Amino acid sequence: MHADPAGVLTGAHFLDGDHAACEGALAAECRFVAGYPITPSTEVVERIAQRFPQVGGVFIQMEDELASSIAIAGAVWGGKRAMTVTSGPGFSLMMEHLGFAVMTETPCVFIDVQRGGPSTGLPTLPGQADMMQARWGSHGDYEIIALSPNSPQECFDLTFKAFNLAEQYRVPVLVMMDECVGHMMERVVIPKAEDLEVYPRKWTKAPLGEYLPFAPDEDLVPPMARAGQGYRFHMTGLTHNERGYPDMSVAAQAKLVARLTDKIKKNADALVDVEQDGVDGADVVVVSYGITSRVALPAIGACRAQGSRVGWLRLRTVWPFPERLIRDLASRVKAFVVPELNLGQMVREVERSAAGGARVAGVPHAGGTVHDPAVIERAIREALR
Amino acid sequence: MSEQANPVERYLRSERIPHIWCPGCGIGTTVNCFTRAIDESGIPMERLAVVSGIGCTGRVAGYMHVDSFHTTHGRAIPFATGLKLAAPDMKVVVYSGDGDLFAIGGNHFIHAARRNLDMTVICVNNLTYGMTGGQLTPTTPEEAIASTAPYGNFEQPFNLPYLAESCGAVYVARWTTYHVTHLKKAMREALLKKGFSFVEVISPCPTLYGRRNRIGDGLDEVKTYKQRSAIKNGAPTSEVALGMAGPIVVGKFVDRERPTYQDAMDHFYSRKLGNRYARASQ
Repeated sequence: MHADPAGVLTGAHFLDGDHAACEGALAAECRFVAGYPITPSTEVVERIAQRFPQVGGVFIQMEDELASSIAIAGAVWGGKRAMTVTSGPGFSLMMEHLGFAVMTETPCVFIDVQRGGPSTGLPTLPGQADMMQARWGSHGDYEIIALSPNSPQECFDLTFKAFNLAEQYRVPVLVMMDECVGHMMERVVIPKAEDLEVYPRKWTKAPLGEYLPFAPDEDLVPPMARAGQGYRFHMTGLTHNERGYPDMSVAAQAKLVARLTDKIKKNADALVDVEQDGVDGADVVVVSYGITSRVALPAIGACRAQGSRVGWLRLRTVWPFPERLIRDLASRVKAFVVPELNLGQMVREVERSAAGGARVAGVPHAGGTVHDPAVIERAIREALR
Repeated sequence: MSEQANPVERYLRSERIPHIWCPGCGIGTTVNCFTRAIDESGIPMERLAVVSGIGCTGRVAGYMHVDSFHTTHGRAIPFATGLKLAAPDMKVVVYSGDGDLFAIGGNHFIHAARRNLDMTVICVNNLTYGMTGGQLTPTTPEEAIASTAPYGNFEQPFNLPYLAESCGAVYVARWTTYHVTHLKKAMREALLKKGFSFVEVISPCPTLYGRRNRIGDGLDEVKTYKQRSAIKNGAPTSEVALGMAGPIVVGKFVDRERPTYQDAMDHFYSRKLGNRYARASQ
C-alpha cells in the first residue's frame, strides 16, 4: 500500500532529527499524536501540532505522559495510526502503557529522544542510557522492537519503518533517538508517496459475531478490529483468552505470554537491521548505535590508517538484539569494542551473545556529550593486542 | 403468552455471568440502570464504547456487550480521549470507581472536564477500594474506617459534583443505588448530552465498607440511602459534600451548554486556517 501523499513532504530538506521523525510519522500515515512537552523531544510534537491540522490529523497535548501513552492506544482502537514522543523522565512514566500496548497488541510508536539520567539528569544533553529500560522497563515478560537512528535522515526512515513494524507484529515499536541525533541538522530526502510502502493494518474479515479478537493467524498475529464496526469486542490488560475475556488460569497465561514473545522471537533474524563496514576479516569489531556510531568512525579510521583491521557494526535495530550475528562473529574476531553513552548496557548483550568466543570491551560514558574519539581509539588499540 | 427476554440481556455478555461482584454490591444495580438508559437513549449498540479502569467497577466494561476496553488503573479517561478523537461518531462512556477515577486518575478527570470532551463518565462511588480489600479513597467520609485507616479517616474527601462542575462538566448528577428510576433517567440524559457529562452513583460495598463501618449488609446500606437522601435538583454543588451522617443530597445539579473539545477545535482551526484546515476523517 502506497503512502497517502497528503502527509508526505517529498523533496530534499534541511531538518533536525526531531523534525525528520515528525515527517517520518506523517509519511507513515500517523494521524493521532498525544504528547507532553519534554526536552529534547518537544520539537517533534511542535512540528506535529503545526502540520496535523492541515493533513487531517489530531494532535492533543495531554496532561502528562501517562495520559499521552494511553491516549494513543485509544486512538489506535478507534482506527488511527498513533504515536507519542518523550524523553527519559516521561519514558519512565510511560512504562505501564508500553506493557499495556504489548498485552493488548496495540500497534503504536513511542519515540524516546534520550538525554542524560537518572531522574531529571541532563535535560538538554545527550545520553543513551534508556536502552535497557526500552527492553525491560515494563513489568512482566515481553519482547519489544526498538530502532536506533544515527542521523536526521534515519530519524525519518526509522520512524516510518517503526509504524510498519508496529502494524506487522501488532506491538509498540520504540524509536530510541538521542539528543544529538534529535537536534543535529542535516539533509533529509523524503521520497515520493508512491515510493513509500505503508504496511496496512491487518483488519479482520470475520463475519459479525464470529470474530475472536485475540485468535492469531499462522504468523501469531491476530487480525484487528476497531470500535464501531459492529464486532462489539472486548480487550483487557488482564491475561485473556482468544475472545479477549479475562482468564486467570496458569494455562491461559502460559499460552498468551508465549505467543506475545514468540511472535517477535521467531522473527528476530528478519528484524535484524545492521550496517557494516570492514567487518569481514576484522580483528576487532566496534559495535555501536545512534550518535556513538558516528563518533566511532574517526577512531576506527585512525586505527585502519596504521594498518589495523577494524570493523564497524552499527545497530539500526537494537531490540531484538542481533544475537546470532554477534555469536557468529565471535568465532572470527579477537574482540568487540562497545562504546555507548551509558555505563554499560548494550555491551552486556554483546558479552552474552559472544559467550566467551571473543573478548568484549565496553567504552562507557556517563553522557552529557559524546565520546572523545581518542578514547574509543585507545580501546580499539587495547583490544587489538 | 410468548416468552419475553429480559430487556437488559442483549446488552450483557451473558456467557460471562455470574459476575465477580459480591452479594449486596451495588455495581450490578448501576449496570442494570445503565442498560435500560442505553435502551431508552436509542444509541445503537455498535456505536457505543465502554471504557473502564481497574477495580470492581473496572470490570463493568467486560460485561457489556459493546466495544469494551478494560484499560489500566486510573487511565480510562485518557484512553477514552484517544478513542473519541479517533472515532468521533462513537458514544464513549467511561465507567469506573471512585478510587480509579479520583485518586490515581484524578488528573485526567479534571482535564477531560476542562476540555469538555464529548464523553460520559459514570463513577460508582462505594467510598472505598473494593478489589484490593477496603482501603481509603479520596471519597471516604471523615471518621469512616478503612483497612488503611484503621482508626478512621481524617482526610477531607472530594465532593465529586462540586469538582466536576468546577472543572467544566456540562452535566452533573448524583443518585444512589436506591434511586434506580432517577439513576436510569440521569444516565440516559448524560448519554444524550453533548460534552462532558458526569453521573456519580453512591453504591454499597457491604463486604468492605458496610461491614467495617457497622452499616450492615447491602440491603441495610441501601436503606440508609433511602433514609438519608434528599432530592434537591439544582442544588449548589458546593453544598452537597458527603459525611458519615447527615443528608446525601441527590439530584441533577448541572445541565449547561459549552462547546465540546472537538467543536472548539474545528471552529478554531477553520477560522485560523480557512480552507487549509483538513478535518480529521473517521
